[in-house]
Amino acid sequence: MGTWIAFGVIALLVVFAIMTYNSLVSRRVACQAAWSQIDVQLKRRYDLVPNLVETVKGYAAHERQTLEAVIAARNTAADAKGIQERAEAENMLTGALRQLFALSEAYPDLKANQNFMQLQEELTSTENRIAFSRQHYNSTCAEYNATTERFPSNVLANMFGFKKQEYFQIEDPEHRQGPQVKF
Amino acid sequence: MPPVTFNTLIARNKRNSVLLILGFLVFFVIFGALIGEVWGGGDMGFRIGVPVAAAVIAFVLTLMSYYGGSSALLGISQAREMKKQDDPQLFNVIEELAIAASLPMPKIYMIESRAMNAFATGRNPQHASVAITRGLREKLTREELQGVMAHELCHVRNYDILYAMLMAVMVGTLVMLADVFLRSLWFGGATRRSRQRSSKGSGGAQIILVLIALVLAILAPLLAKIIQLALSRQREYLADAASVDLTRNPQGLASALMKLGGDSQPLEVANRATAPLYIMPPVMKNLSEKRSDIFSTHPDLKSRVERLLSLTK
Repeated sequence: MGTWIAFGVIALLVVFAIMTYNSLVSRRVACQAAWSQIDVQLKRRYDLVPNLVETVKGYAAHERQTLEAVIAARNTAADAKGIQERAEAENMLTGALRQLFALSEAYPDLKANQNFMQLQEELTSTENRIAFSRQHYNSTCAEYNATTERFPSNVLANMFGFKKQEYFQIEDPEHRQGPQVKF
Repeated sequence: MPPVTFNTLIARNKRNSVLLILGFLVFFVIFGALIGEVWGGGDMGFRIGVPVAAAVIAFVLTLMSYYGGSSALLGISQAREMKKQDDPQLFNVIEELAIAASLPMPKIYMIESRAMNAFATGRNPQHASVAITRGLREKLTREELQGVMAHELCHVRNYDILYAMLMAVMVGTLVMLADVFLRSLWFGGATRRSRQRSSKGSGGAQIILVLIALVLAILAPLLAKIIQLALSRQREYLADAASVDLTRNPQGLASALMKLGGDSQPLEVANRATAPLYIMPPVMKNLSEKRSDIFSTHPDLKSRVERLLSLTK
């Protein structure tokens, strides 16, 4: 009788171990997938920028400085390597784009241009997508990290070398502010 | 007192939903057993058989509505499917949310009505659709639109449509059971069998049992409806809180709700059956007055906005 009980307990433990291991794997994979999602959205932004610059040139060619700043920022961001460098380059690009859109206020023809409006919407959406994919990355990260810390899954995590993942931090406190709603 | 975050609200609402459903199940089983008792007069087979039979019927009906799908609902609402070129901003807003929630893109439908409302349908995130009225689409800002869509997507994500189907079937079965029981009493067939079977002569106890069952049979449909509506309200609060989890912007949904509150345009295509799926109870032509609290499918506007705004620092 005793051996059967022992068998049962061991079997249960093994099943539990397998389930926990798999859950750790799924969460880590989700984390990694979320990270590459951020890349996808960043690339979308790079692809949109040249189009935007061309449209603006048609109406505001003499605003060369701003336009060139945008192109330069975009190229830097596309070439940046490493998380820190990338984050900085992305911030610069956001700043340059903001200036470009502020500029368009002075050119009513440009503002009314269909193409420009569409691009504006697409770029707004892209900024949001980047923000949302970072948010999503952080929450999958949190879930994975919690699983590696919680008992009893932390036992397996240590056994099989599941390390914690880093969160995506915002360097610039200005970026922490949410959008203001105007009624 | 720790500050209320959307996570607290989400946890609280999920717990309340579970409690409500459990309560309902317990009630269902007791009621079924009681009826079985009365019909069978102490026969164990009946005491177990009736609840089991009712459960089986409920299960089959659930399967039918689960796979019956959302196409019926969309058809009734005269919704038109949209492509990205028709409304890029709407698509973008929803796609952003799909990224934040890691959900597949739902199908998007437009309802050509000046009323302001939106709903989501679909048994799971892989088969989901969201619909919005023209009136709402035109009156909301991008942020408010995102808040509303987040709310609808969270209904899909939390399987609220499935919950609603389950509850509808269970309530329906309960009502049917109560009805059958009452008819059986009326035509006297039921008690004859119990008089024959109960040789122990506990006639008094039998009568009390019958009375209790009778009272319950009359009240049960009402109680079931109340529980169903309470659950519906919990799920609405949950969708509100979960939408903040997605957008991190309670203001968006709050101001959308306030705009919705001011609208008194009736939504012609809505009816009692489809009303709970909308974001706000649609103003229907044949409901002359506002529903009072325990009978509404949605919590009242003021509480929803208050809860949302309490999440802003």
